[in-house]
Amino acid sequence: MMELVCPAGTPAALRAAVDAGAHTIYCGFADETNARNFPGLNFNRAELAEGVAYARRRGAKVLVAINTFPRAGAEDIWHRAVADAEAAGAHAAILADLGLLAYAAEHHPNLRRHLSVQAAAANPDAINFYANTFGVRRVVLPRVLTVAEITAINREIDVETEVFVFGGLCVMAEGRCSLSSYITGKSPNMNGVCSPPSHVQYVESRGELSAKLGGYTIQRNGKDAPAPYPTLCKGCFSSQDKVGHVFEDPSSLDASDLIPALAEAGVTALKIEGRQRSRAYVAQVVRSFRAAVEAVDKGLPVPPGTLASLTEGQAATTGAYRKTWR
Amino acid sequence: MSDIHTEFPTVPLLLASPLRLVPLAPLSQALTILARRMVANHPGLISRLGPYVSSSFAVDPTDLPVTLLLHPHPTSMRITLHRDPPRADARIAGPLSALLGLVHGTWDGDALFFSRDLVIDGDTSAALALRNAIDDCEIDLGAEIAGLTGPFGRLLMPFIALAERRTGMPLRRAEARP
Amino acid sequence: MQLTVGPNMYFWDAAIWRDFYLRLADEAPVDTVVLGELVCSKRLPFYQHHFQEVIDRLRAAGKTVAMTSLALITLKRERKLTAELVDMGLEIEVNDLSTLPLIPEGQPFSVGPLVNVYNEGTLRWLAARGADRICLPPELPLSSIAILAAASPVPVEAWSWGRLPLAVSSRCYHARLNERSKDNCQFICNADPDGRAVDTLDGDSFLAINGIQTLSASCANAAHQLDGLRQAGVSALRLSPQFRGFTRLCQMFRDLIDGRIDADTLSANALPDAPGGRYADGFLTGHAGVDWSAEVKRAGLG
Repeated sequence: MMELVCPAGTPAALRAAVDAGAHTIYCGFADETNARNFPGLNFNRAELAEGVAYARRRGAKVLVAINTFPRAGAEDIWHRAVADAEAAGAHAAILADLGLLAYAAEHHPNLRRHLSVQAAAANPDAINFYANTFGVRRVVLPRVLTVAEITAINREIDVETEVFVFGGLCVMAEGRCSLSSYITGKSPNMNGVCSPPSHVQYVESRGELSAKLGGYTIQRNGKDAPAPYPTLCKGCFSSQDKVGHVFEDPSSLDASDLIPALAEAGVTALKIEGRQRSRAYVAQVVRSFRAAVEAVDKGLPVPPGTLASLTEGQAATTGAYRKTWR
Repeated sequence: MSDIHTEFPTVPLLLASPLRLVPLAPLSQALTILARRMVANHPGLISRLGPYVSSSFAVDPTDLPVTLLLHPHPTSMRITLHRDPPRADARIAGPLSALLGLVHGTWDGDALFFSRDLVIDGDTSAALALRNAIDDCEIDLGAEIAGLTGPFGRLLMPFIALAERRTGMPLRRAEARP
Repeated sequence: MQLTVGPNMYFWDAAIWRDFYLRLADEAPVDTVVLGELVCSKRLPFYQHHFQEVIDRLRAAGKTVAMTSLALITLKRERKLTAELVDMGLEIEVNDLSTLPLIPEGQPFSVGPLVNVYNEGTLRWLAARGADRICLPPELPLSSIAILAAASPVPVEAWSWGRLPLAVSSRCYHARLNERSKDNCQFICNADPDGRAVDTLDGDSFLAINGIQTLSASCANAAHQLDGLRQAGVSALRLSPQFRGFTRLCQMFRDLIDGRIDADTLSANALPDAPGGRYADGFLTGHAGVDWSAEVKRAGLG
């Protein structure tokens, strides 16, 4: 059966994911070392150890995402995170930075290393480089590849691949985007946040809701229309005579229908995005995807989706997995 | 977890309108006692707020003629009720049932927001911190209220379940319901 | 302080491309020029036949020449192209890490601004692998640049002029805006020689697109930060090509470095040709990348 890798922004979400059938949970510390550094989220050291124990008792694994790029002069914060993840009994650390990978490989050789999507390893040369140089065992593929490309990559590499199947969708190559820091000063790479809520402002006037980021209008919606979070690259903008979602529509990824194709492509694990979402969300999505991977494992069709209401803008896309997206 | 497209039950007028008349001070006091008890039972509620522990939060059930103003604190948390919208660092507004569903893990905050059932004003970060803190604490308001009245609480539980069935509102934690 | 000309990010007609670099060779007081295609492999066949002539002319003028890799390498054709690039024997500027394993150990290379060099560990690792020049990511603040330059065994460069390269995607926005597929784009990005502006619904200038690349609307201009960059130990300023007035701009930066003009003069004189017609230097010292220190200073003091 394909491995289901599920998000947990809180210990309660971790338990909900395990109980709902997650094979693996990924989470991070409550600081700038992880790429979902949002207010009120994430784990302290004791919570991580308890979470690992809870998961272990039920046969599930815990991965710790230490996937921002260490700040110059403060690398020890990231080094400690790697050491503490190992001490807590994590199954693996999810890393993105070259220097941190080198550090982990040298100082924590027994801690399994996964390559974060933030490293944007988008072809076999890059993946083999990380595998050969730092002993990376699994690569989370960037959300810029088609199923055919994933198939081709798997033929040329020896390590496992993990791909996103549900949740927020990055339009840009992950870990290589500074749109957010250009507008807000806070970036995924440096601060673990994109379009951070601290810079979001909602302004309602004349029946319209404007969502602003760093003072710039990102979205404007009718009073009762769905209101997506003002993620920078999913905003509505104008360019010459065109007005619209220049970069991406405010939809989120749902590749559940592609699970059989992804299995065929040699993918080991399916990843669900959403460490910033509630335990209720996690439980429902995990339950649905567990049923899907079990069905696919038995050669049955994927059960029809029930997750539309949970997606951003309540619209879903298969994203880059289909070539027409480009 | 319920589908978000279902209409949220609103508080029946018969229940909501007395709130226009009754003195709010005793109710505020009762809510403050409840809140302090919850904070004692769930210290994560405060620690997860981080820097936003000093923020004030207006929680506005749009189908009630009152707004709750929360001042979080590890030992002296306060909740006051207001008929006029109070000033606060962050405001979360929506039908009472949606707000209760958020507390109880029945619904996902992001999904409620995407569907515009919930509206956030002011400091979005603070509002998110509060939402995430509450979500992690697996609060069961029914149990907390029952706990307030000591051993008699257990006697109250069937009535809470009955009220939940009658109003369609999630008065207990999602995981604790049959 | 040296000047490096980064790879031209845009798609220009071959004749214009050739003239641009020949003029640069003859007239621009710059030390290093990075050639090649950064953004889209489909553009290369249009102008690569001019490479040798341009390389020879730049070298004859005493300039160091390097070749950039693509920013995002996914297709088999692009991997093959990258291998051929390495075989050319010129110094490669790595702008996608998958280029690195193709470069033999011991062969020097340089690291471009699209590689994530955020800390000493990464910088030292790359230098040990053979990097002989590292251009830091544009989003780094001056404080980080200083730490990295101090720790670096090789020269460190900072993004100093031109629209900021903020993101790359597998999706082509020029094609998308023209309702064309990426495979049938008909090279529409050629119509916007400094990128195509993207504004907010309120009409504020915001970003710009260039094929698969997303840029800042404002033109980065580090002229007012020259002292800070010097003190930080930066050894070269990177200037990114623009369609008009670039040779003149290079001269202005040389004059600024040598103390013949001040930053205000440079900024005023360079503005008419600057892509987007406004400046930003916020990544270095501001709250956000879009901030412009000269504006803040005036607003604060005035």
